[in-house]
This record gives sequence, structure tokens and C-alpha cells, in this order.
Amino acid sequence: MLDLADAVIIGGGINGLSVAYNLARLGLRKVRVLEKNYLASGATGRCGAGVRQQWGTEMNISLARASIKKFEVMNDELGYYRDIEFKQKGYLMLAYTGKQLEQFQKNVVLQRSLGVPVSLITPAEAGGIVPHLNTEGLLGATFCPEDGHVNPFHAAEAYALAAKRLGVEIHPFTEVQAILVEDGRVRGVLTAAGTVATPIVVNTAGGYSAEVSRMAGVEIPTYSERHQILVTEPVEPLQGPMVISFYHGIYCQQTPHGSFIMGQGDPNEPKGHDLGHSWQFLTEVARKVTWLLPPLKGLRLVRQWSGSYNMTPDAQPIIGEAAEVKGFFLAVGFSGHGFMLAPMTGQLLAEKILGLPTTLPIDMLGLERFARGELIREPSVV
Amino acid sequence: MTEEQEDQIIICRCEDITLREIRDLIRRGYQTMDEIKRASRAGMGQCQGRTCRSLIAQEIAQMTGQPLAEVRIPTFRPPIRPVKLGVLAEAEE
Ligand SMILES: Cc1cc2nc3c(=O)[nH]c(=O)nc-3n(C[C@H](O)[C@H](O)[C@H](O)COP(=O)(O)OP(=O)(O)OC[C@H]3O[C@@H](n4cnc5c(N)ncnc54)[C@H](O)[C@@H]3O)c2cc1C
Repeated sequence: MLDLADAVIIGGGINGLSVAYNLARLGLRKVRVLEKNYLASGATGRCGAGVRQQWGTEMNISLARASIKKFEVMNDELGYYRDIEFKQKGYLMLAYTGKQLEQFQKNVVLQRSLGVPVSLITPAEAGGIVPHLNTEGLLGATFCPEDGHVNPFHAAEAYALAAKRLGVEIHPFTEVQAILVEDGRVRGVLTAAGTVATPIVVNTAGGYSAEVSRMAGVEIPTYSERHQILVTEPVEPLQGPMVISFYHGIYCQQTPHGSFIMGQGDPNEPKGHDLGHSWQFLTEVARKVTWLLPPLKGLRLVRQWSGSYNMTPDAQPIIGEAAEVKGFFLAVGFSGHGFMLAPMTGQLLAEKILGLPTTLPIDMLGLERFARGELIREPSVV
Repeated sequence: MTEEQEDQIIICRCEDITLREIRDLIRRGYQTMDEIKRASRAGMGQCQGRTCRSLIAQEIAQMTGQPLAEVRIPTFRPPIRPVKLGVLAEAEE
């Protein structure tokens, strides 16, 4: 079978679907999404889906803020038949060392200058926002009531359905096996079902971004790292905000459904594609979280799982075209925070692909920054 | 069976998901239990799908014409019995 498309997106996670929707919205006709498994089967369907504007660089604050504005109206914009369950009850970020507090103070100044309604608050005020928080040792915190979290399956489905209505073809269970490149230009992709000829290929393959890039002969400095997460039984609403402590490396939120979802940033997680999970994770997270939020002791764990963080050397994504291969675009390496940026990632990359001016600057996220040594310094990654 | 009747039949008791909701998703094109589980929460509750798993598999098989044996079964997530976080916090490494 030989098929023609104007663009082929590799990977049906939140980023691939957002890129596809935005390309179609901006007028590109034959857009295909090829997903080797089912939609949102990668990191998207496994993530905490927290969305926050409390970052430490202008770029991340702006991208996250514009994305949150899109999450706020997403049910309407995408005409979604259900609800993406955007719970906007804030993010409470805790500081336990003088250095963290100093960084938070700087962040808040920058965030406020960009319009984010965030404040630096005292431990007592933090205890007022989350009454079951143990404030022992807490020096201060920041709180932004507009942050929160979304149901990632629903957000992915919302993009997929909206994209389909605009004519995008979505093919689950279709793995891209090779990318055809000729004279420094993308020509098409190969799947078990045949070849699709196309001048534009977008790599949104999440944990497999390096493997997919290599198919086009492009080496990128991404690798995958396992991260674990757990969920408890649902209980009555108890906790509004996401609570996050860089000191403990832990985050914990209550979903609208009532369950608590929590995870940690563990520097010893294995690299690669092993998605197993460990007993140690359960005991560590349980110990930290029941110290921080004592009433959670009584909650029953129902499930644990893991997913990939696709990491880059500066823990910031790569968004743009690969210089060596024309027509080969990347939106990869989100390093554990790619869900919250996806609404803008899709729009900006679609603008870039179509040669339009981008709504926000993204050139600093190009692949060339690594060779040039222009790494991004973001102090607020988990 | 009418839609009203489908509404009366609970497939997943932990999460309170009806036969109608499951059938709607299958009509929307979902063909695997992994997808249905994620889209509806069926099988994500306390019992982790012990009761509803086979019921959903049968629905998929019937509505899509797939042989029952070929319906993809979702990944089984531990733990088998729900444990309290307070108990885990005191457990040995
Ligand atoms: C435990 C955990 C918690 C997280 N918490 C948050 C959070 O709170 N907030 C946040 O913003 N982010 C969070 N993240 C990160 C977030 O999940 C990711 O950054 C985001 O989902 C990436 O989306 P994606 O579409 O780029 O990739 P994915 O969702 O991984 O999608 C990539 C897709 O490509 C497919 N694919 C791969 N190779 C091929 C091929 N050859 N052919 C066809 N298809 C292919 C895969 O099957 C997959 O479905 C978390 C991640 C994890 C693991």
C-alpha cells in the first residue's frame, strides 16, 4: 500500500495529538497520527498530570501559563463530550532550606511579573490552605490557586476527537518501523501496513524519541528513565491543592474522583524502557507522605505503576526541526513535565511547521542548543 | 435491551460503571480492555477488576466480533489486597 499524507505524527500521546489537532486547525489537510499501541498508552496515560505555572524561567512560566489558559477552556474549544476534569485548586510548593526559600522568592518575583497570581506564604498560611499538612520544619511556601491537574486520558481523548473532526486520521496499533530520508529531506515512513509518503514527520514518540530520531539518522541526547506512581482508594474531598516538596522529592494530589495520586523523584530509578515497579517505592513514598500529610495513613493503596520520563541534559524539552533533515520535527525530552505544556507545544510546533510566526518564542528549545552549549537553567524541576 | 435497562446494570461495582457506559465506549471504537479501563475507570477500584474484567471482555467480543480469547487483557497492577499507607510506612524496606 502506498499512501500520501501532508504530515505524519509518530506517537499518539498528548503531544502528538495536540500537534495533530493544531496542524489541522491551522489548515493542513492530510494529517496522520501513527501510534504503535493505543492512544495515551505511553507517559501520558501514566502521569500525574499536574499543571503548574510555578517555574523559574520566563520561558517555562509563559508556556505553562498559556497552556493553563487553554486547559481552562478546553472542553469548549475542543467540543469535548465529557469533561477533562481540570481541578484548579492550586499547587502548594514547600521550602525546607534557606536556599529553596531564596529560590522561591526569586521565582515569585518573576512569576508575578508575568501575570501569575502566586504568593509567598508562611508555614501558618500553608497550614490554612491544607489543614492536614504537618508544618514541622517548614520555612515557607508558594501558592498559586490557578495551578492544578487534569484527567490525562480525557485530555488526550478530547484532542483525538477534535482532531478527527478536522479530518485527521488516527491509526492506533500502527508502529513506525523506518523513516525514509533522501537528499537531506524526509520522504515518508514505513509501517507493517505499508509506506506513507510525506514531506513532514513529527517525532512525538515520548520514551522512544531517541530510537525514532535514529530512524531518520538524527542523533538526539534524550534517554528514558522510569518513574513510579501510586493511587489510593477514593475518599471524601480532603485536599484542594497539589502539595509538592522538592526537599522530600514528593508530590501528592487528590483527584476529583476522590483518590490520592502521589509519586517521587528518585535519582536511582533505572534508565531504559523497563516499566516495572518496586516495593521500596511504596514504603518510601508512604513514609514521606504520611509524615507530611498524616491523615493519609488511613488510606488504602489500590494500585502502583510506572512510566517514562524522557530526559534531556538540561531537563527541558526539544521542540523544533532537526537541522540535518528537512521536514523532520521534534517535540520530545519533556523530562517529566510534558503534559502541562502540551496545549502550547502543539500550537507552537504546528505554527513552526507551517512557517507561521510562533505565538511565543521557542527557538531556544531547538536541538542545536546542546551543541552550542546554550543549555537552559531551570531551577524548579522535580 | 433498552438503554434504560443498560443503565440499570452495573458492570464495575467498585467504580459504579454501567453496562450502558461500557457499550457506549465500545461503540466509540474502543476495542481493548486497557482503553476501556482508562476511559471509564472500570476495573480501577478496590478489587482491581476481579469481577468486571470478564464481563467487559465478553462485551467487547460480542460487539466487535473478536473471539473472546483474543481480547487483550489489561496489565494487572499490584497490590492484590489494598494496604493502608500507614502500614506501608512502617514496613521493612
Ligand atoms: C510517573 C509520571 C508522572 C508524571 N507527572 C507529570 C505531571 O504531573 N505533569 C506533567 O506535565 N507531566 C508529567 N509527567 C510527564 C508526562 O507524562 C510526559 O511528559 C508527557 O505525557 C509526554 O507526552 P508525549 O505525548 O510526548 O509522550 P507519550 O505519552 O509517551 O507518547 C508517545 C507515544 O509514542 C508511541 N510510540 C513510540 N514509538 C513509536 C513508533 N515507533 N511508532 C508509533 N508510535 C510510537 C508510544 O507508544 C506512545 O504512546 C509524568 C510522567 C510520569 C512517567
